[in-house]
Amino acid sequence: MEAKKVIRVLLAKPGLDGHDRGAKVIARALTEAGMEVIYTGLRQTPEMIVAAAEQEDVDVLMLSILSGAHNAIFPRVLEGLKNKGLDDILVLGGGIIPEADIAPLKAIGIREIFGPGTETGEIIAYVKANLSAQRRGR
Amino acid sequence: MCVDDKPGNLAAALREWEAEVRKQLPQDPDVKNAAETLSGMPVKELYAPPDVSGDYAASLGFPGSYPFTRGIQQTMYRSRFWTMRQYAGFGSAEDTNKRFRYLLEQGQTGLSLAFDLPTQIGYDSDDPLALGEVGKVGVAIDSIRDMKILFDQIPLDQISTSMTINSPAAVLIAMYVVLAEQNGISLAKLRGTIQNDPLKEYIARGTYIFPVEPSLRLTSDILGYCARSLPQWNGISISGYHMREAGCTAAQELAFTLANAITYVETAGKAGLPVDEIGPRLSFFFSSHQDFFEEAAKFRAARRIWARLMKERFQAKNPRSWMLRYHVQTAGCSLTAQQPLLNILRTGYEALSAVLGGCQSLHTNSYDEALALPTEQAAQLALRTQQIIAHEIGVTETVDPLAGSYYVENLMDRIEAAAVTYIKKIDELGGMVKAIAAGYIQKEISNSAYAYQKSVETGRRITVGLNKYRIEEPPPTGLLRVGQDIEAVQALKLKKLRAERSSGAVAAALDKVKQVATSEANLMPAIIDAVRVEATVGEICTALREVFGEYSGANYY
Repeated sequence: MEAKKVIRVLLAKPGLDGHDRGAKVIARALTEAGMEVIYTGLRQTPEMIVAAAEQEDVDVLMLSILSGAHNAIFPRVLEGLKNKGLDDILVLGGGIIPEADIAPLKAIGIREIFGPGTETGEIIAYVKANLSAQRRGR
Repeated sequence: MCVDDKPGNLAAALREWEAEVRKQLPQDPDVKNAAETLSGMPVKELYAPPDVSGDYAASLGFPGSYPFTRGIQQTMYRSRFWTMRQYAGFGSAEDTNKRFRYLLEQGQTGLSLAFDLPTQIGYDSDDPLALGEVGKVGVAIDSIRDMKILFDQIPLDQISTSMTINSPAAVLIAMYVVLAEQNGISLAKLRGTIQNDPLKEYIARGTYIFPVEPSLRLTSDILGYCARSLPQWNGISISGYHMREAGCTAAQELAFTLANAITYVETAGKAGLPVDEIGPRLSFFFSSHQDFFEEAAKFRAARRIWARLMKERFQAKNPRSWMLRYHVQTAGCSLTAQQPLLNILRTGYEALSAVLGGCQSLHTNSYDEALALPTEQAAQLALRTQQIIAHEIGVTETVDPLAGSYYVENLMDRIEAAAVTYIKKIDELGGMVKAIAAGYIQKEISNSAYAYQKSVETGRRITVGLNKYRIEEPPPTGLLRVGQDIEAVQALKLKKLRAERSSGAVAAALDKVKQVATSEANLMPAIIDAVRVEATVGEICTALREVFGEYSGANYY
C-alpha cells in the first residue's frame, strides 16, 4: 500500500488586489492539515500563475481576489492551464465574488467558490473530496 | 459584605469578592463569555478603584493639555463635531463626482477619495496590468483632466479632502495643487490629508511600488512640500487601520502605527525637517473594531503614548506636535456577508466607541460592504449613523465621558503597556524598516489573524448570523456593480489626452522628474510641472520606477 500522497496547493493572489489576510489564514490551515502550500504573494498575472502551477506540479490552484477583477482574470488563468494541459488541477476561487458571477465562473472551470465566512475546514474537506482521480492516484 | 473605602481594605475586599464569585459554577452555557477582549486581553468580572493606578493630573489631565489622554481640544464635540468623512469612489470621475455631491448634500462634512487599484499602483487605465481593475475599488484617475471632473461643482477652498493614496501620493497632491491653481485658489486655503504611508503598504495593504528607501524619500519630500506650501494640509496619515484589518490586535495596531510614525519623523529629520516643522501636521488613521470598551481605551492610550513620544523621544517643543490627530474607520473585517443588515448595528457600535474615544474624523462602513461597494442608499444610512450619534444620544455633550470608568482606565493602561513593549522590541530590532524586512511585523499580524480564525471556528468567539443564529437567505440583490465599459471609456480619454497635449513638453517634464529623482532635491516641483503639462499617473510613476526600481519583499506569514 503506497504512502498517502501529499496534496500540493498553489495559493495565488491574481491582479492588483492586496488583501491577503484570507489567503494567509487558509495557507496556514492547509499546511496544518498536512498539505504542501506554495503561496505566491501579491501581483500575480495569469501567466505567472500558470507557470507556477506547472513548475510546482500542484494538484490544487486557489485564486483569492477581492478587487472585483475576477471576471477578467479567472478565464485567462483557466485558458493558460488548458493550453499547458494542466486541466486536471482543481481550481478554486475565493474572496469577494458576487453571487451572480459564480455560475458563469463554474461553467468555465472554477470548481467552487468560497466566499466570506467560509471556515477553513470546509475548504480542506472539499479539496480532499474533489481532487481529480488522476491527481489522487499519482 | 461590608466594604469601606480605605484603599488597602478596598483592595482586600475586591479580592475577597473575586474569590467568592469564582467559586461559583458558570451560570448559563449559552452566554459563553470569553473572559478576554477581542484582542485577547484578560477581562475580570468586575473593576473597582484598586484596579486603577496613577493620579489624575499625570495620567489623564484635562482635555487640550498634555498628555491629551482625554482629548486634544478642550471642549471637543461640544464645540465642534468630528468630521463626517465617508470614503467614496468608483468607476469614472463623473460617477464619483456624483457620489461626492450626494454625500455632501446628505450632510457629510469632509471628502474622502477612494482610488482604483491601477491609480494606487501607478498604472494608467489602459495598462495591461489594469485589466479588470479599472474603477472597481475606487475612482480611476489618469490625469489632471479626470481630477477636474472629479471636483466639478466642489470648490476646493470650501472643503477638506482626504486622499487615500500612497506610492503615487506626490502625483495626486500635484493634481490637487494644479487644480487649485487653475481655479485661482490660493494654496494656503487648501485643507485636507494625503495618506502617504508606504511602510504599512509593505506590511498589510499591498499598494507599494518602489523599494523602501525611495518610498521614504518621497514621503519626506511630500512632508517638506506641505510644511512649506500647504499650511492647512496634513502631509501624512500614518495608518493602523489596514494592519488591524489584516488581523492584528489593538495593542499591535497602536504599536506598529506609532513605530511607523517614529520612522517617518526620523526620516524627515535626516532630510532636514525638524520635528516641530512637521509635528503639528502629522495625522493618523485607526480602526474602530468590535470590542466596544477596548477600542475607546485604545484611542485614549494612543493619544497619551504619542504625546509622550513626541515630547520625550523627539524633544518636540510645540504643543501641537504632541497632539495625536486621527481619522477612524469602523472595522470592515467585522462585517458579514450573511444577514447584512446586522452590519448596521456593528458599524453603529464601532462608530460610538470611536466618538467616545475622541476622534477628529470618522468613516462609517455601509452595511453592504462585505458584498460590494455601497449603493447610494447604504452610503446614506452609514452617514446617518454618525448623525444620530452626534445629535440624538447625548454622548457629545461632555468631553471624554468614559473617563474614570475603572474598566476603561485599567484597560487603557494595559493596552499602553503592551504597545510600548512592542515599540521597544521594534527599537531593539533596529526600527520598523528592519522589522519589516525581517518579517517580524507581518508574522505578528498573521499569528493574531490565525488565532482569531481559530477562535471563531471553534465557537469560542460568536459571530451572530455566521456561527450562531444562521438563517437560509436568498442571494442579495440591488448591489452596486461597476460597469466593464469603464476601461474603454478611460482608454478613449487617454487617447484624446495624448493627442491634444504637447508630447514634447510631457517628455521634457518626465525627463526632469527622472533627473530630480536621481538627485536629493525635493521631487514635488518637478512632479507638479509634469502634472501641469498633463503627464499621466502611469507616466510619472513609470519615470520614477525607472530610477527607483520596484519593491520585491518576501511573503511573510
